[in-house]
Amino acid sequence: MSTIKDIILSYRDKPGGIIEAYHAVQKEYNYLPEETIATAASTFGVSEAQAYGVATFYSYLSVEQRGKYIIRMCESAPCHVAGAEALIKAFEAALGIMAGETTADGKFTLELTECVGQCQATPVITINNVPYLNMSPEQVPAVLALCK
Amino acid sequence: MIEEKRIVLRNADLIDPEKIEDYLLAGGYQGLEKARSMSSPDLIAEIKKSNLRGRGGAAFNCGLKWSFAPADAPVSYVVCNFDEGEPGTYKDRIIVQKDPQSLLEGMAICGHAVNSKQGYIYCRGEYPYVVDLLNRAIDQARGKGVLGDFDIEVRMGGGAYVCGEETALIESIEGHRGEPRIKPPFPGVAGLWAQPTVVNNVETFTNLPSIVLNGAEWFAAIGAPNYPGTKVLTLTGDVTNRVSIEVPTTATLREVIYDFGGGIKEGKKFKAVQVGGTSGGFIPESLLDTPIDFDSMRGIGATLGTGAVFVMDETRDIVDITTRIAKFFEHESCGKCNPCREGTFRAYEIMKKINQGQASVQDIENLTILSQVMEKACLCGLGQAAPSPILTTLKHFYPEYQARLQLN
Ligand SMILES: Cc1cc2nc3c(=O)[nH]c(=O)nc-3n(C[C@H](O)[C@H](O)[C@H](O)COP(=O)(O)O)c2cc1C
Ligand code: SF4
Ligand code: FES
Repeated sequence: MSTIKDIILSYRDKPGGIIEAYHAVQKEYNYLPEETIATAASTFGVSEAQAYGVATFYSYLSVEQRGKYIIRMCESAPCHVAGAEALIKAFEAALGIMAGETTADGKFTLELTECVGQCQATPVITINNVPYLNMSPEQVPAVLALCK
Repeated sequence: MIEEKRIVLRNADLIDPEKIEDYLLAGGYQGLEKARSMSSPDLIAEIKKSNLRGRGGAAFNCGLKWSFAPADAPVSYVVCNFDEGEPGTYKDRIIVQKDPQSLLEGMAICGHAVNSKQGYIYCRGEYPYVVDLLNRAIDQARGKGVLGDFDIEVRMGGGAYVCGEETALIESIEGHRGEPRIKPPFPGVAGLWAQPTVVNNVETFTNLPSIVLNGAEWFAAIGAPNYPGTKVLTLTGDVTNRVSIEVPTTATLREVIYDFGGGIKEGKKFKAVQVGGTSGGFIPESLLDTPIDFDSMRGIGATLGTGAVFVMDETRDIVDITTRIAKFFEHESCGKCNPCREGTFRAYEIMKKINQGQASVQDIENLTILSQVMEKACLCGLGQAAPSPILTTLKHFYPEYQARLQLN
C-alpha cells in the first residue's frame, strides 16, 4: 500500500488537484485517514481548515473510517417508487446496522445516496461503486455473499 | 408514429467504443478537420446559425455563448459538464459509454472556435468506470494525433449535485468546495482560474461534429424550429420500456411515453410524468400532447431540463414522491445562501407534515409563499428550481394534498 504522503505528493503539480488526491487516497484506504488533511493542506498550500472544508463538502469523501465494502442505496424518486425503502430496510436487517453505520467487524458500511445514474433498472445500489440493478429485498443475502 | 433520429447516438452499438479506429472508419474527426479549415469567427457564426441550444438544461444558444469569450485571450478553457446529477438522468453516461470519441471531437471543435488549448471533463464520482473509459479514449486520440495541440483532462466529482451548476463545477475543478459563484462575471469572461471558460454539456458537445460536417441549415431543419435537433431522453418509473432514446424535438410526451416507452406497465393507467429531472415540473394527462422542445415545455409551466422522463402510474402517491424530492433538495443545498439553505429545510419540514396527515390549509399557504420567494431569491438554479415539483403538484394534483389535510 502506498503511503498517504506519496499518494498526495504525486498530485502536487496538478492545479486544483486536492480533490483528485483525496479520491486517490480513498481508493486505497476507503476513507481519508486523519493525516490526509494536514498533508494535503501543506502540499497544496491551503490551510488545514480549508483542506478539511473541501474533504467534508463532498458526500463521496469520508473523514470517518468505513468498512471494506461500502454499500450505497439510492433513494432518489425513481428508486423510491420502485421500492428503495423496503430494500434499505432489508440491508439494515441483514447487517444489523442502520444507514450511515459500519458493522463492528469493519466489513460493511451502509450509506444512503441520491441517484447513481442507473435509473433504467431501479432500485439500484452500488457496492464499492459497482452498480447492482433491479434489486429486491430477496436478493440481499446473495449480494452480501458476493462480498468476501 | 414518430421515428428515432440519431445524431448524438449515431454510432451507438455500431462501433466499439474502446477503438478509435472504429470511430475514424465511421467518419470520426472529419467534423474537426472541417472546423479547423474555418476561421474561428466563421465557425462560431455557423454554430450560432444552427441554433443548437445547450442540452444541460438552460437551453442557451451554444454559438452565442462561445462568442462571449474574448478572441484574443492568451489562455482559455473548454469545460465539459458531465456531472449528470439530476435524478432520473443517465443520458450523458449512455452517450459517452457508447461513443467517447464523439465527445472529445466536439470539445476540440469548441477549442478551435474559442482558441483554447486545454479541455477538462468534469465527470461525476458515481461513474469511475466511465472516467477510465474516457482516459483510454483520450490516450488513443493523443496517440493518433487527431486532437492536434488541444489536450483534455478528466476530473472526477465527489457526489455533490450542486457541482453541476457551472460556477460550482469550476470551483470544484479548482480544488475548492463546490459552491456557486455570484454572476457576473460569467465563465465566458472569467471562469476557471479567472480565465475565459466555455462550459457545455456532454450532449451539446456531441452534437457538434455532425453540425460542422453537415452544415447549420441541415441541423436547423430537424425538429422544432426554436429548439432544433434531437434530444436524448431517459425513461424511468412506470413505463413498460425503461430505455434511452433520441428523438426529434417535435416528438410529444405522449409519443415518447406510449410509442417508445410502450405505455404504462402492467396495464395500469397514467397519472403523472415529471420531465427534466427531479427539479422539473409534474405534468398531468391533459398536457401530454405537448412537444418536448424547451419552449413548448416552458409554455406549460414545465421544463425539458436534462430530458429525464419519470412516469408515474395511477397507484403512485404524489404527495409522498414530492416529499422525497423535497428531502433531496434539503440534502443537496450547498448552504451558501439563506433562501435556499433555510427554504429547502422548511419546505421539506412542511412536506413531511403534509405527508403524515398533520398539516392544515395554512401550511399549504405558507409552503406556496415560501416556494415563490425561493424561486426569486435563491442565488443559483438549485434553490430557484427546488420549488417547481411542489408548485406544479399543488397546481395539477391538489386533491391529493387536500385528502391529506387535517379537517380543522
Ligand atoms: C443545481 C444545478 C445542477 C446542474 N447540473 C448540471 C449537470 O449535471 N449537467 C449539465 O450539463 N448542466 C447542469 N446544470 C446547468 C449548468 O449550470 C450549465 O447551464 C450547463 O452545463 C451549460 O451547458 P449547456 O449550455 O451545453 O447546456 C446544472 C445547473 C444547476 C443550477
Ligand atoms: S441556491 Fe442553494 S445551492 Fe445555490 S448557492 Fe444558494 S444555497 Fe447553494
Ligand atoms: S434514481 Fe436511483 S439510480 Fe437514478
